[in-house]
Amino acid sequence: MSEHETTPEVVPAGTPTIDVVDVRSGMFGAGDGGDTSGFGGLVRTVSVAPAASRPYGGWFDEVADALERAYPQFAEAIEKVVVEFDEITLHIRRQHLREVAQVLRDDAALRFEMCMGVSGVHWPGDADRELHAVYPLLSYTHNRRIKLEVSCPDSDPHIPSLYDVYPTNDWHERETYDFFGIIFDGHPSLTRVLMPDDWSGHPQRKDYTLGGIPVEYKGAEIAPPDERRHYS
Amino acid sequence: MTTTGPYETEGAADTDTDPYAESRATTEGRVYTVSGGDWDAFAAEAAEMAEGSLVVNMGPQHPSTHGVLRLILQIEGETVTDTRCGVGYLHTGIEKNLEFRTWTQGVTFVTRMDYLSPFYNETAYCMGVERLLGITDEIPERARLIRILMMELNRISSHLVAIATGGMEIGALTVMTIGFRERELVLDLFELITGLRLNHAYIRPGGVANDLPADGIEKIRDFHTLMSRRVFDYIKLCNENPIFKGRLVDVGYLDLAGCMALGITGPILRSTGLPWDLRKTQPYLGYDEFEFDVPTRDTCDAYGRFRIRLDEMIESLRIVKQVADRLEEAGPGPVMVDDPKIAWPAQLSIGSDGQGNSRAHINKIMNESMEALIHHFKLVTEGFSVPAGQVYSAVESPKGELGVSVVSDGGTRPYRVHYRDPSFTNLQAVGAMCEGAQIADVIVAVASIDPVMGGVDR
Repeated sequence: MSEHETTPEVVPAGTPTIDVVDVRSGMFGAGDGGDTSGFGGLVRTVSVAPAASRPYGGWFDEVADALERAYPQFAEAIEKVVVEFDEITLHIRRQHLREVAQVLRDDAALRFEMCMGVSGVHWPGDADRELHAVYPLLSYTHNRRIKLEVSCPDSDPHIPSLYDVYPTNDWHERETYDFFGIIFDGHPSLTRVLMPDDWSGHPQRKDYTLGGIPVEYKGAEIAPPDERRHYS
Repeated sequence: MTTTGPYETEGAADTDTDPYAESRATTEGRVYTVSGGDWDAFAAEAAEMAEGSLVVNMGPQHPSTHGVLRLILQIEGETVTDTRCGVGYLHTGIEKNLEFRTWTQGVTFVTRMDYLSPFYNETAYCMGVERLLGITDEIPERARLIRILMMELNRISSHLVAIATGGMEIGALTVMTIGFRERELVLDLFELITGLRLNHAYIRPGGVANDLPADGIEKIRDFHTLMSRRVFDYIKLCNENPIFKGRLVDVGYLDLAGCMALGITGPILRSTGLPWDLRKTQPYLGYDEFEFDVPTRDTCDAYGRFRIRLDEMIESLRIVKQVADRLEEAGPGPVMVDDPKIAWPAQLSIGSDGQGNSRAHINKIMNESMEALIHHFKLVTEGFSVPAGQVYSAVESPKGELGVSVVSDGGTRPYRVHYRDPSFTNLQAVGAMCEGAQIADVIVAVASIDPVMGGVDR
């Protein structure tokens, strides 16, 4: 774990660029000069929800207040708070993840007893924050849901394991390791869970091709799904 | 003949050579084979050995491990001392495939995950997509009611399989035959309404694929009447059956603390006494408009889970009746959101030869409306764009909380969809439930978890 504590933060908190996760050009996914549609010059940025500011609305503020009270390093640990689609997401710097989760689980005003696993997302265009891990939490006591989001760079794909805090994450972290190559430090046996043990590569990453085969249909050939035209 | 074949092994003494060993197999130490030996001698020898425990594979092809679940059991005599699960044999990369199809086509994939409760997979996914689109409140009333109807019928069929296979695995074959008999009735309803018995792809972002057929409500009422009577068959057959209780009571124990630590939801959680059911606690799709109870038990064991499943079938029947009444009262209406940028101008209908586009809609697209033709072409080939963002949408499936993380990058295809399948999470409890018990109890404990490998492995 110690190597993460010394990892400098590439993107400081509050920098607007952290909302932009990708930049796309063209329209039909034809990046090799074959685009004669006239849309080849299009440039589109893909951005996720920006940081929300107080008040977040509803009980979201109660959760944020309670966490701030219970965890003094709140400002340092939280990268940003996002409120979208009636959900609150706390973006947490990875070195603080374990402590924040522990507080969220144990504090009487928070009591997020349940973790609904972890879901990885690969944003290859999000420089130095390529791999994201999202943890949906649920509180039986208060009947609330929040999400935690953590990111790590491709070059150093380490995130602390929440196995100690939420043992249910045993298989979920193995799954995310299996599919994204995120290494959960502190997990008791981080091995593949769904893919065969001797598989190479992490299939859910965006740089891992689908490996489809062309479909023959009435004498014509239809490209495999990953090579078909798509609309970026 | 000089080679030593399996039938020429000279008794159990010759265990140091393995006639089947390939070059890569171990040649050191004692080699055991299951051919030619005398099991009594083998067992006596094993008992004399210093380490008295064996590692036994149960599955992945064992009939009572619910599909291709592999259990690796360490046993001492009949007692299980250590348990591990091997999963992944049914992994088909559904989540990866989704990223290369449109949002609507995604339904066709997710319905195949937990194939015993397909409508939950579809609904959870569609609810997530609709929240990203911001059209949750615009889903027509009729589509919402049909979704609830299908899900509750599906809960009955899923619990029937759980009870039927669970009964079969402990030798109660009548429970199996009547369980599948009733499930067949539900599948007939599914076929009538969606055109398919399994893998329906019926619930679509924006609504459902087609309306109920003319005799739909009538058939549902017939089923309700019949099932309300037949559900007592199970109660009479099992509830106080001494053999059934002898096998199930106090087996597969897991208390509330264990459930919370391991993230267990569904009937297993409710068998600890916590009345946590998302339909009640976090109502979605308007479940709060219907009257039903959340059955709980406080036994924390396999018997409690069996009783909860029975009671939940009765509660689902109550909901089915209320929904049927509401649908009949409301009369015909749209089943797809009124937005030409999302809803296809075509609607499916069930013809004599199965499911297809309805004649009226084909006529409109091909002969009457140029706009409909353009929209149809664009929606089928390109699909609709979904605003960027990430949501977590959860429904109470028969097995527990089915959560879907849907991520969009603003494009016409899902950027990432992750299923938190309850079977996957609940299987982690096998160790806690089985260690210290007997081998026969492993079967009962796994059956009480009711894992479906299609959902576990995806």
